[in-house]
Amino acid sequence: MLTEEQIERYQRHIALKEVGGKGQQRLLDGRVLIIGAGGLGAPAALYLAAAGVGTIGLVDADVVDLTNLQRQVIHFTPDIGKAKVVSAREKMAAINPGIKVNDYQEWVHEGNIMGIIRGYDFVIDGTDNFAAKFLINDACVLAGIPYSHAGILRFDGQTITVKPGESACYRCIFPSPPPKDAIPTCSQAGVIGVLPGVIGLIQATEAIKFLLGKGELLTGRLLIYNALQMSFDVIQIKKNPKCPICGEAPTIRELKDEVDAVTHCDLEKK
Amino acid sequence: MNLTVNGKKAVIADKESLSISGLLDELNVEDPLYVTVELNGDILERSDFDRVVVRDGDEIEFLYFMGGGRGSC
Repeated sequence: MLTEEQIERYQRHIALKEVGGKGQQRLLDGRVLIIGAGGLGAPAALYLAAAGVGTIGLVDADVVDLTNLQRQVIHFTPDIGKAKVVSAREKMAAINPGIKVNDYQEWVHEGNIMGIIRGYDFVIDGTDNFAAKFLINDACVLAGIPYSHAGILRFDGQTITVKPGESACYRCIFPSPPPKDAIPTCSQAGVIGVLPGVIGLIQATEAIKFLLGKGELLTGRLLIYNALQMSFDVIQIKKNPKCPICGEAPTIRELKDEVDAVTHCDLEKK
Repeated sequence: MNLTVNGKKAVIADKESLSISGLLDELNVEDPLYVTVELNGDILERSDFDRVVVRDGDEIEFLYFMGGGRGSC
């Protein structure tokens, strides 16, 4: 039963015939995990909190840095040095004290991810590196939890929703991480700040549609956005029978970190 | 030879046979090791890039790895 305060807070949702009081209750009963409280995770976390998704998990080991603030809108200048999950949780609680935020101040790896994702209805991949993206895909496919993948670079972003067993997964498109010697040069690095906002909110929209059980999810379709051209392209992606995790003869049967999936950033850090 | 590459028509000079690797070369595709190729709706394995040849009328999508928004990569 919605309280009077909830009926007022969510009035614009309840007014939609696709949502109504029942749909709002589904959101309040929903559990969404956001992995990465950065560019993609920030807008997703803010809007899912505002929407009244009842339980939101946030996973990120990082602390807020000055270079994050150009795009990670959930973190403010006084938050520099603070754990990102704490900074994010504070803003979400301020927007909507009626929801629960679980924070995990850690990186996902083969040893902890299953324990974290279990119990969530939907996962949003808001991470920034290939090793995590492959790990999240594998964990969600093995656990049978639907999730939204996204990647961003410069002025481009792409996203796809994966329903394990039913639709193509990340490895159906990219069977393994790019080879180590394929690291792009630094001149090609960077990202326009508004880009993760657009893509992160598409991911949040998918989570909400999934919880509501309304509309068509972005499954079997890779959405590719280019901010400079202002183009949205949709590429149909079939389940790949040779996919190493969800194909006809899977070779990946248990979780394993993609240790070879170094990014330029990892190299820079060392 | 007329191809559709990422939704756009591409006219390639006729050759004896043109492999996917050859096409990546021909079109000067940036960072070819970061590209996965969908040929007429099927994702190809990287190990097949030298073997699979393109034919007139083929529809090809080059799909790119994209990471995250970290400032330096």
